[in-house]
Amino acid sequence: MNGIHDMGGMHGMGLIQHEKNEPVFHEAWEGRVYAMNRALGAFGKWNIDASRHGIELLPPADYLRMSYYEKWLTRNIALLVQHGLVTREEMETSKPAPGSPKATPPLTAAAATAAAANRGGYLRPDSPAKARFKVGQHVRARNINPEGHTRLPRYARGKQGTVVRHHGIFVFPDTNAHFEGEQPQHLYSIRFTARELWGDHASPRDSVHLDMWDSYLAHA
Amino acid sequence: MAATVPTSMHAQDHEHDHDHQVVPSDPALRTKALESLLVEKGLVDPAALDALVDAYENKIGPRNGARVVARAWIDPAYKKRLLSDGGAAIAEFGYAGGQGEHMVVVENTPKVHNLVVCTLCSCYPWPVLGLPPVWYKSAPYRSRAVIDPRGVLHEFGLDLPEDVEVQVWDSTAEIRYLVLPERPAGTEKMTEDEVAALVTRDAMVGVAKVAAPAGGKA
Repeated sequence: MNGIHDMGGMHGMGLIQHEKNEPVFHEAWEGRVYAMNRALGAFGKWNIDASRHGIELLPPADYLRMSYYEKWLTRNIALLVQHGLVTREEMETSKPAPGSPKATPPLTAAAATAAAANRGGYLRPDSPAKARFKVGQHVRARNINPEGHTRLPRYARGKQGTVVRHHGIFVFPDTNAHFEGEQPQHLYSIRFTARELWGDHASPRDSVHLDMWDSYLAHA
Repeated sequence: MAATVPTSMHAQDHEHDHDHQVVPSDPALRTKALESLLVEKGLVDPAALDALVDAYENKIGPRNGARVVARAWIDPAYKKRLLSDGGAAIAEFGYAGGQGEHMVVVENTPKVHNLVVCTLCSCYPWPVLGLPPVWYKSAPYRSRAVIDPRGVLHEFGLDLPEDVEVQVWDSTAEIRYLVLPERPAGTEKMTEDEVAALVTRDAMVGVAKVAAPAGGKA
């Protein structure tokens, strides 16, 4: 979706605020939100792409106003309700519905550290997907504007680049985010010159690399 | 021009106006209410949450990445493995898992400088760097790293000569990037542990170089 999250190349966002000796979490609640997100992910009701799309669906003004973990908190509540793990009424009262069965947490303390160390991957080497491109080829990023989730940023659409690396076959986020299946595709690293992306004022030497799935690309 | 003010001065001067501090109480209360509901419903185990917070506050952080970098500086065979199959070489240390399943390591040289960003969200190599700092996830960094990487580096206090090629890596898929910084001069006689202590998170994201050891020539 052409949302506020797709920020590459925007102006006016201000200076970078680099904080010395920054703590991992600035406040305790941020750590709880982070950990709840990981623990709830263990239910397998949603996936990382759906989770990212949940953030993208926040209204643009909220996206810019909210802190990072406030966005996660809001997204997680939406996912919990959407996938039936809690009801709207339960969220409003902060109490389980009378007579509702008690679940068993899928993520235990013992497994939590192991889970941090192993969450599986997104590579699908056994998929029959065919590679349409190979390293060294010139390609063009397609000009697509889906209303749903995509990992093809606006700043690269329609631009020409070169395949510099073949990563293998990976889960395709554009479908996975919407529970339409993993539909794995070949994934490549594409090098775009800074001038191709940003025009003649950009440095003639610099470049930006993006990881792109097969269907994002056309032959140049 | 504001962009010429060194970053370290912003860190001292700004009024801690990150938005996470503008609205402290509301998300804190909502988080507490959510956690108690989820615990009562048996959906999360609070001890599991404690373990996860502890892991990322105390165990999984940029010291991991620094050990990887130091090994690559000391051991040419390891460096070769790291650059050809980053994930496998990093796993030799036991670092693996969430947001580091597919690692690519990119090498800085006198002629090439690499910079990592995620313009679409906040993708970051957790097993080697831990969770990302606020600036990495912020709109200013995400918006400008791809269109004005040299301006971003300048804000971090790093001015690169024109003849250095800046390569930006936008983490648009599940590949996570780690920058292998240049080993600073004056460290030839140092041990692996000693050089590891010099390596910073910022250098492994590509917004800084690793500084020569104190007392040495810059």
